Amino acid sequence: MTTLLEVDRISVRYGNLVALRDVSLTVAEGEVVCIIGPNGAGKSTTLAAIAGGVTPFSGDIRLQGESILGRQPEQIARLGLSLVPEGRHVFGTLTVEENLKIGGFVQGDRSTARADLDRMFTLFPRLAERRTMPAGRLSGGEQQMLVVARAVMTRPRLLLVDEPSLGLAPRIVDQIYEMLLDLRQRANLTLLINEQSSNRILKHADRIYVLRGARIQLEGTAAELQDGEAIRSAYFGFEDGATAKAEIPA
Amino acid sequence: MIQFIQNLIDAVALGSIYALVALGVGLLFGILRLINFAHGDYITIGAYALIVPSADVTARLLIGDWPWPVLIPTICLIVVIAALLTDAAVFRPLRRATSPTLMIASFAVSYIIQNGVLMAYGSRPKSVDLWSGANSQVFIGDLRVPMLQLITLAVTLVLMVAVTLFLRRTSYGIQMRAAAEDFRMAQYLGVRGNVVIGIAFALSGILAGVVSLLYTTQSGSLSHVMGVPLALFAFVAVVVGGMGSLVGAVVGGFVIGITVTMLQAYLPPDLRAFRDAFAFAFVILVLLVRPAGIIPSRSTFERV
Ligand SMILES: Nc1ncnc2c1ncn2[C@@H]1O[C@H](COP(=O)(O)OP(=O)(O)O)[C@@H](O)[C@H]1O
Ligand SMILES: [Mg+2]
Repeated sequence: MTTLLEVDRISVRYGNLVALRDVSLTVAEGEVVCIIGPNGAGKSTTLAAIAGGVTPFSGDIRLQGESILGRQPEQIARLGLSLVPEGRHVFGTLTVEENLKIGGFVQGDRSTARADLDRMFTLFPRLAERRTMPAGRLSGGEQQMLVVARAVMTRPRLLLVDEPSLGLAPRIVDQIYEMLLDLRQRANLTLLINEQSSNRILKHADRIYVLRGARIQLEGTAAELQDGEAIRSAYFGFEDGATAKAEIPA
Repeated sequence: MIQFIQNLIDAVALGSIYALVALGVGLLFGILRLINFAHGDYITIGAYALIVPSADVTARLLIGDWPWPVLIPTICLIVVIAALLTDAAVFRPLRRATSPTLMIASFAVSYIIQNGVLMAYGSRPKSVDLWSGANSQVFIGDLRVPMLQLITLAVTLVLMVAVTLFLRRTSYGIQMRAAAEDFRMAQYLGVRGNVVIGIAFALSGILAGVVSLLYTTQSGSLSHVMGVPLALFAFVAVVVGGMGSLVGAVVGGFVIGITVTMLQAYLPPDLRAFRDAFAFAFVILVLLVRPAGIIPSRSTFERV
């Protein structure tokens, strides 16, 4: 497997607050990699740094071996990396169709973009039914569906998804994951997903990183971490041997 | 009654000029959160480009002498270039600055343009006769309507439809609306921020170019500060309309234009000198009743 993304000891600060400290991770072509960690751990900052939204003050980020550090988000998007940020960010006053078209403009080829648009509407009939509706009027689940579909419209090689389950009912979250994994097959996607909880992740991910307090605490394959014990102590920061009853939120 | 309708036509014609200026200001505000006071000076540039640079009182036409089909695009092009230059030189280096910083920078740009015009053309106002047919009148029943006002109305209508179609139908139009709503998200999807902002400057330049022609034809005179009241009224129009709505900006422009003209016509003669004070009092009243403007809106380009 060839390495697609290498995050090499990046550190990020917001004013005086250090949000990431020497964070390293890799994603290989075709993998599903997950970062889990409690609120405020630095998960969103990690994805934003990769997508060019914030610039690390040290370290390097390479996409297919080439450094993308310091490039504008729009340039990085055009290199085949697409971020679905936390909190959905639909363009609420644009129609569902216009939202999807924005994603299609990047690739530059109109006929491909049109074919992709039709494909999205076939895959997601619920979006097709609402194609002329302002995206702001969709339900939360539909909006999450739309932003993922919109990101896929840019034909990324690597899709970053920040907490796709945030604020959604479990049944809807299952649908979103089904959709992500289905798209992964169809569009040859590599996925890097942030989550606060580990249960779904353990089922779907190939590899997992646990992030807490601006640092990577643990990394391993889903098989290695299957029993969840190591993840729990990394997530909560227990010392060896401590077994608290704390539960990672579902 | 006839007199009233006559006044109303005057009012709507002036309102449509303010509406065009406000539309230009509103486009940039939507995407950059910049209230561009230099917009009025773009209009000044377009107007002065019509004449030969000199300090003489009587202006000799330069581009103003060219046939209309060449004159109009040339003036628009000059103003577009001026607008893009101000972006490249001033606003682009300030992309990460806050709204108030941008606004102050636009005051500086405005001042620089005014002084540039002053140096090239002198400080005395100049009279220009751009189009002698401007005063011809068209009779509609008992109404006498100046030709120029009909043209102003028609041009305004055409430009508004054109801007709407651009924003609705074209790929860059859709990208502009997206960027106006959530600039960072648009960038994450590959929308080129500087290109979209450049297009907004260019569009506002075209609008300013057209206004410079309409306004100069109507007033028949040039001054290096001629754009200032226009920018001020446009700013007020944008606020009255509901900061951040293009429809609001246009409606605000008409409201201001109509108010000013009607005050001019119906205030007792002694009070006419205070016309603008009454107009601004009216604006304050509107804002007291509707603090978010006539058409409050979350996104600038909502339902354009
Ligand atoms: N724009 C910002 N400005 C200042 N501090 C921020 C900003 N974004 C995030 N932070 C802080 O950085 C830390 C990491 O945040 P974040 O990456 O959003 O964590 P997570 O996504 O894991 O919840 C938190 O302490 C948060 O308060
Ligand atoms: Mg987060």
